[in-house]
Amino acid sequence: MKFSEQWLREWVNPQIDTQELMDQITMAGLEVDGFEPVAGQFSGVVVGEVQSVGPHPDADKLRVCQVSDGASEVQVVCGAPNVREGMKVPFAVVGAVLPGDFKIKKAKLRGQPSEGMLCSESELGLSDNHDGLMELPADAPVGQDVADYLKLNDVTIDVDLTPNRADCLSIKGIAREVGVLNSMLVNSPVIEPVESVHSEVPDIRVEAPAGCPRYLGRILRNVNLQAESPLWMQEKLRRSGIRSIDAAVDVTNYVMLELGQPMHAFDRDEIQGGIIVRMARIGEKLVLLDGQKVELTQGTLVIADHEKPIAIAGVMGGEHSGVSPKTRDLVLESAYFDPITLAGKARHYGLHTDASHRFERGVDYKLARDAMERATRLLMDIVGGEPGEIVEVASDEDIPEDRVVDLRARRLNDVLGMEIDRTTVEEILTRLGLRVEKLLKDGWRVSVPSFRPDISIEEDLIEEVGRIYGYNNLPVTEPTGSLGLRPEQEAVRPVSAIRNFFVDHGYQEAVTYSFVDPKVQQLVDPDRQGIALANPISSDLSVMRTSLWSGLLKTVAYNQNRQQPRIRLFETGLRFLQEGERIDQQPMLAGVVVGSQYPENWANGRRTADFFDVKGDLESLFRLLGIEIQFIGNKHPALHPGQTAELMRDGEHVGWLGTLHPQVQKNLELNGTILMFELFLNSIVTGYVPNFKEISKFPEVRRDLAIIIGSEVAFADVERVARKHAGEQLTALRAFDVYEGESLGEGNRSLALSLFWQHPERTLNEDEVHSLFNGVIDALKEELGATLRS
Amino acid sequence: MENLEQLVQDGLAAVDSADSLQALDQIRVEYLGKKGVITQQAKTLGKLSAEERPAAGQKINEAKGQVEQAINARRSDLERAAIEQKLASESIDVTLPGRGQDLGGLHPVTRTLQRIEHFFARAGYTVEQGPEIEDDYHNFEALNIPGHHPARAMHDTFYFNPGTLLRTHTSPVQIRTMEAGKPPFRMICPGRVYRCDSDMTHTPMFHQVEGLLVEKNVSFADLKSTVEEFLRVFFERDLQVRFRPSYFPFTEPSAEVDIEWGREADGSIKWLEVMGCGMVHPKVFEYCGIDAEEYRGFAFGLGVERLAMLRYGVNDLRMFFENDLRFLRQFR
Repeated sequence: MKFSEQWLREWVNPQIDTQELMDQITMAGLEVDGFEPVAGQFSGVVVGEVQSVGPHPDADKLRVCQVSDGASEVQVVCGAPNVREGMKVPFAVVGAVLPGDFKIKKAKLRGQPSEGMLCSESELGLSDNHDGLMELPADAPVGQDVADYLKLNDVTIDVDLTPNRADCLSIKGIAREVGVLNSMLVNSPVIEPVESVHSEVPDIRVEAPAGCPRYLGRILRNVNLQAESPLWMQEKLRRSGIRSIDAAVDVTNYVMLELGQPMHAFDRDEIQGGIIVRMARIGEKLVLLDGQKVELTQGTLVIADHEKPIAIAGVMGGEHSGVSPKTRDLVLESAYFDPITLAGKARHYGLHTDASHRFERGVDYKLARDAMERATRLLMDIVGGEPGEIVEVASDEDIPEDRVVDLRARRLNDVLGMEIDRTTVEEILTRLGLRVEKLLKDGWRVSVPSFRPDISIEEDLIEEVGRIYGYNNLPVTEPTGSLGLRPEQEAVRPVSAIRNFFVDHGYQEAVTYSFVDPKVQQLVDPDRQGIALANPISSDLSVMRTSLWSGLLKTVAYNQNRQQPRIRLFETGLRFLQEGERIDQQPMLAGVVVGSQYPENWANGRRTADFFDVKGDLESLFRLLGIEIQFIGNKHPALHPGQTAELMRDGEHVGWLGTLHPQVQKNLELNGTILMFELFLNSIVTGYVPNFKEISKFPEVRRDLAIIIGSEVAFADVERVARKHAGEQLTALRAFDVYEGESLGEGNRSLALSLFWQHPERTLNEDEVHSLFNGVIDALKEELGATLRS
Repeated sequence: MENLEQLVQDGLAAVDSADSLQALDQIRVEYLGKKGVITQQAKTLGKLSAEERPAAGQKINEAKGQVEQAINARRSDLERAAIEQKLASESIDVTLPGRGQDLGGLHPVTRTLQRIEHFFARAGYTVEQGPEIEDDYHNFEALNIPGHHPARAMHDTFYFNPGTLLRTHTSPVQIRTMEAGKPPFRMICPGRVYRCDSDMTHTPMFHQVEGLLVEKNVSFADLKSTVEEFLRVFFERDLQVRFRPSYFPFTEPSAEVDIEWGREADGSIKWLEVMGCGMVHPKVFEYCGIDAEEYRGFAFGLGVERLAMLRYGVNDLRMFFENDLRFLRQFR
């Protein structure tokens, strides 16, 4: 809400400067977003009167005028189309300085001397309007400083109100707050009923009383809408961010700003029969004041006549029934619309108006009549006319109930953390308009005024007292409750340990969006459907990720396009799957590696990272976590069919490791060999708590063997068979060489293994080891068709 | 015996000119070995009289000693030179970079989250997690934001269907935690949140940390100390903190928290909004089945990217999610 400081000070004028005033209301919860002077910086501009206007001998578009500044008369050459004899205008005399440090000097324009300048609104920094001279009222005193005359020593203050503070969407409301903060009384205009001079009243029927508990109408006959709003009103509106339109609109806006009651004026001749407040019928159409054509939908409260809707209630009037300079009779509307009925309606039609903003937050439900009287009086002062009686249609059961809330002193102290003395509390409540109805044994019974729909429970009152007392005046104390430490499971490693592992292994952590491009996801995870957002921000962020790979691969592309050939990334986060009715949200750990295995330097070489580099990282991770994972050759649609491992733990799937499928890589326009992994975090974080075993004092025996075996036989199978026959004292088995070559014959490879034995309680003898070793060799021959390499 | 003199002179000269340990050894054999020319001089003793022998023997011994000493001295010279030569040949350029893997780094959001979590863990808060695809009830209703509430408009929610959405804050985790347990509670819930908004200063996803403390006797004054202490620890500065009345549907009283962040042109403190907080609204307790007469609580919420931007001087929010390596590497 924007408002003029001067206007506020007419209501309440504490002896503090603008900055202090703004700080004060900010700290009371009405956050000042900014402020702006209402005019540019200028000096030497007075009220001038144009005495005569004559043609310029050498320029068609210029006029030569005689202008009086009250003391003398000078010649001024002027190019404004609206200059005319007798007009009063802001006159920048020689020596004046206009905004932008523009100095006015004696000059010659096309040969004609000109002493000073007649000004438009934009030249004084009042508005962007530079269509012509700013016309001052006929009674403006010639010679008076314009800044004084227009009271331009004023600023527009913009407060960003929280949605609960509907009561501060008016000068009256803000003045009330300022009054409380400074312990001052607040002035308000005297509002008296306007006596009717005729008996014509609008025919009003409210068919939707829940949405419109109160509706007031009044006819104002024979108005002159040619009459302009007075400058003071236009200025107050302008300084509060509202443009002057015509007297009817200006007055309704003025009353809205002043008191907080949005109003509307209809052209009586355009209302067929009478006014009906009802819900819209499906398919009804309405052209709004802003020219927009809307088709009304269910649940929209409308003002209609006997034929058609003429306004969306509390949002915007219709174009057809709006006032125009030709309008003779007005029907004025002042109503209380139910906030819940109006909630979201303006937004639904792509609108947001000053009226809807207020009604959605809750207008004072007892304000409509005062506002009507105030508007009638202001209007009549401008456009004349004959007022009729006010017709009020009200549904008592739908009007919000007056609330009475008890505030306990003990509770107040407990919540705020300090004792505030009773008179201070009462003073704060009373000045806020929260009347103390009754003193209770331990507190107050408070009646809540109709302009504070946000207050309904004790905590609301506690906040009011705390807020006005000042949050920063409350004490600072430490919470005293006991901590109650929880047990920590040693076998479960925190995710931070996993993150640190990857950081130590050269991976950079990424955080990518949880919604991804469906096209990328389709490539990465073609068998699963991502959950689609109903209102995505864009099509490339429109489905929830089923795998972290989509975001990581996009990140690879982003960095490859920025000359980053070596990329090692990991990410943790949820992936989302629809499982019937249920949505499965699983924390994942994923990574991607492309480019050289080590940073390129003289000693590291340029070897490209491959499957076994990343597998090695994962194996280290699993050792850190204390878990056993099997890597099993398998297929995944996004991965290279010959370079994919499914990761299993105790027979349960825990994730994938592999090389990105070359076709997918091509489709994603990525470069290089891309290694990827993704694991279920919950499946890997739980390991074990170490349990000490005696260290054997006896020597370890090593035996090496080399076999030739079919290439299709996995090392894992060789290991499994070897271990089965190597006896209980086998302590380690390692592959120390893998070789494929023509000499071995097509489809064969050679594997060199070392086996280590050690007995915990004695030295193994040569025969025992020999027999176990031969047993292994025989088993490899028999079970896997291996031959010993000579 | 002039011959012996000559032999010593020859031997010393040979030792002097020996340029390797082998050459030196040869000289030793040649002069001092069993058949060495000086050793051989002993044979001449037989031709001498018994009176002459001792003196002559001593001379021979002296000659041997002289040459031997010279050989030893020469040997240690040569050995030292050999070591020095070896060391010289083994010297490396220690200024060349080392071998091996580079170091990666944590994302600045994670780095910031860890600092936040660490602070609250020390104060006895647990870290709780919850779903990111939420239902309307936990994200809004139970937080006292009914369907028609104007606060919903401030949230710009991503929906899947009318009842299912992406959480707009991590506050629903408070609800879930309170539903599942019994007070007292001290918890924070860090995580991703989503708002349908994207421009210079908004990303459709960002991170929040919400905190909740529910105990029998807790007040706004306790909230103030918690928030102030956190901000001072986080920024490692004794900065000024102020509490400004505000509004959140799920707290009452509510406050925004501003910190001192530089000075305005006129010398006054420039305040920057960094957090929201308040006392848990009785309605929220009611939804979670907690007696608001017995327990009170405070809650606070902060934007992680905002704190990270202030802490590390990042000037564009969007960079957090571009994952440009040149950006990320600055935080390791």
